[in-house]
Amino acid sequence: MDTTQPVQSAQPAPTADERRQMQFGIFSVSDITRDPTTGRTPTEHDRIRAVVAIAKKAEEVGLDVFALGEHHNPPFFSSSPTTTLAYIAAQTERILLSTATTLITTNDPVKIAEDYAMLQHLADGRVDLMMGRGNTGPVYPWFGQDIRNGIALAVENYALLHRLWREDVVDWEGKFRTPLQSFTSTPRPLHGVPPFVWHGSIRSPQIAEQAAYYGDGFFHNNIFWNIEHTQQMVRLYRQRFEHYGHGSPDQAIVGLGGQVFMRPNSQDAVREFRPYFDVAPVYGHGPSLEEFTALTPLTVGSPQQVIDRYAAMRDHVGDYQRQLFLMDHAGLPLETVLEQIEILGTEVVPALRRELAAGRPAHVPDAPTHAARVAAAGGPQDVTVYADADGVTGRSPAVQPA
Amino acid sequence: MTTAAPHTIAVVSAGLRDPSSTRLLADRLGEAAVRALAERGVVGHAVTVDLRPIAADLTTMLLTGVPSAAVREALETVTHADGVVAVSPIFSGSYNGLFKTFFDVVDDGALAGMPVLLGATAGTARHSLAVEHALRPLFAYLGAFTVPTGVFAATDDFGHSSGVRADDDVAPLADRVARGAAELAALVATRERKPPADPFALTESFEDLLRGT
Repeated sequence: MDTTQPVQSAQPAPTADERRQMQFGIFSVSDITRDPTTGRTPTEHDRIRAVVAIAKKAEEVGLDVFALGEHHNPPFFSSSPTTTLAYIAAQTERILLSTATTLITTNDPVKIAEDYAMLQHLADGRVDLMMGRGNTGPVYPWFGQDIRNGIALAVENYALLHRLWREDVVDWEGKFRTPLQSFTSTPRPLHGVPPFVWHGSIRSPQIAEQAAYYGDGFFHNNIFWNIEHTQQMVRLYRQRFEHYGHGSPDQAIVGLGGQVFMRPNSQDAVREFRPYFDVAPVYGHGPSLEEFTALTPLTVGSPQQVIDRYAAMRDHVGDYQRQLFLMDHAGLPLETVLEQIEILGTEVVPALRRELAAGRPAHVPDAPTHAARVAAAGGPQDVTVYADADGVTGRSPAVQPA
Repeated sequence: MTTAAPHTIAVVSAGLRDPSSTRLLADRLGEAAVRALAERGVVGHAVTVDLRPIAADLTTMLLTGVPSAAVREALETVTHADGVVAVSPIFSGSYNGLFKTFFDVVDDGALAGMPVLLGATAGTARHSLAVEHALRPLFAYLGAFTVPTGVFAATDDFGHSSGVRADDDVAPLADRVARGAAELAALVATRERKPPADPFALTESFEDLLRGT
């Protein structure tokens, strides 16, 4: 029987199986937004410190994942996610750190390979990535690219990144980046196992295809989408995952987005959240809170309402591996965000773990972790590439005698 | 022909009043198109897509990208149709904002090759060329096949009888409706029917994408 129940929680602690099957967490888009109830806009420094506090709180209440976006324009602060995630990694012990998303289109895949392998070492494997193409058109020209090549960049850059993490020495030539001869990306992935990659796509079938081709995860950030659309995107990915021989459709690795605001009494949740909703970036000044909650996964109400709504997600997309919630946005003050994370971690997630574990077939894979993937690869390897004694001359490891 | 599913004519009306002369013209064009199809031995039916009841939902979709169930149904009716009748009131020299909003949220390429009969209404005949200078370029952008006749109806037109009158320098509305509908039916009846583009279907293999072809 359960005797390890946390003090604040009304829920029994999840079992080890329940914890492995699904990862729950939060993701931040890093917006700096005025609090409409006080008129106060946080500074960049306030928000950067807040996001660290949020990530630590997420670990404290038993969540599995903290994910952070990448943007290169105001009102967002998170242009440099590896710096932030490394800082958080140093102050946490268990929580898995992810991007949401890494711009695979405008970042140099060589730099992604280096930066995230580095982060993976520093965080002892608690790192994965979610690839995305970005949603701000001018980012492409700012980084010397053309938005019309969005899909082609995502495809070519990821193909290179995939090789850089799996081949010690890469010779490569493509359309978008200068060729590489005898290139070794360092550090090599921790224990010889690269970070797990999710491909995020809202509406591009090519990206679902890409995720399926590599047998990588597919994250559908559905916070602005109706469930029918989500269902179609996930179904496409699952079918193609099977097509490429990675397993049956229900063995594909699926993640979903979500958005909630909770108070013990649902009317209080609605009353408190509405002023933020009404003027929020993206959906503010548009549909009513009631319309938007009907159309999208946004749920504003009691913890039980959130549990009921999100426990039903698998009826639409099948048993899945990761559920992330958007919590710190629209100008919500830090104290409120921390309270929300507390409710999520102590009341909602334990119940969701239990509900989603019930009836989950044994052949549906657990959520991917570094430890499990290292074990599946036959245990940890040291894959350090040692240079020649006179490496300072720039001699390549490729010409090193065997 | 007789065993195939009936041909669908989606009839889009951006009229704002209820009752609306735009809707009235749209209905007449839809009915005339179904009759013209019948004359060719093709079974057709008209499905009305009235934009007024989904105006607020269209704004929501414009702002958030999220389609309501009613908007999804309207979009599906139009993109899955065999032919489209599109009618807008003329405001400030062009189609109204509601009409444009609807066609702005149609998926890229979803109306490419679609036979379309254009119509417009206004208070006076001075706006009659708006079909040509405003509606037709929009549908050229969308890649639709617009039929040569655009049917414009000023308020006065609803009082004219059919048949060419000696003292009239234009064919009465009923004649223009019949002519436009016949042109639409000719395109719809002879066009190869194929399922609408599936946005979730991959058009190229991932290997081709990887090769950059």
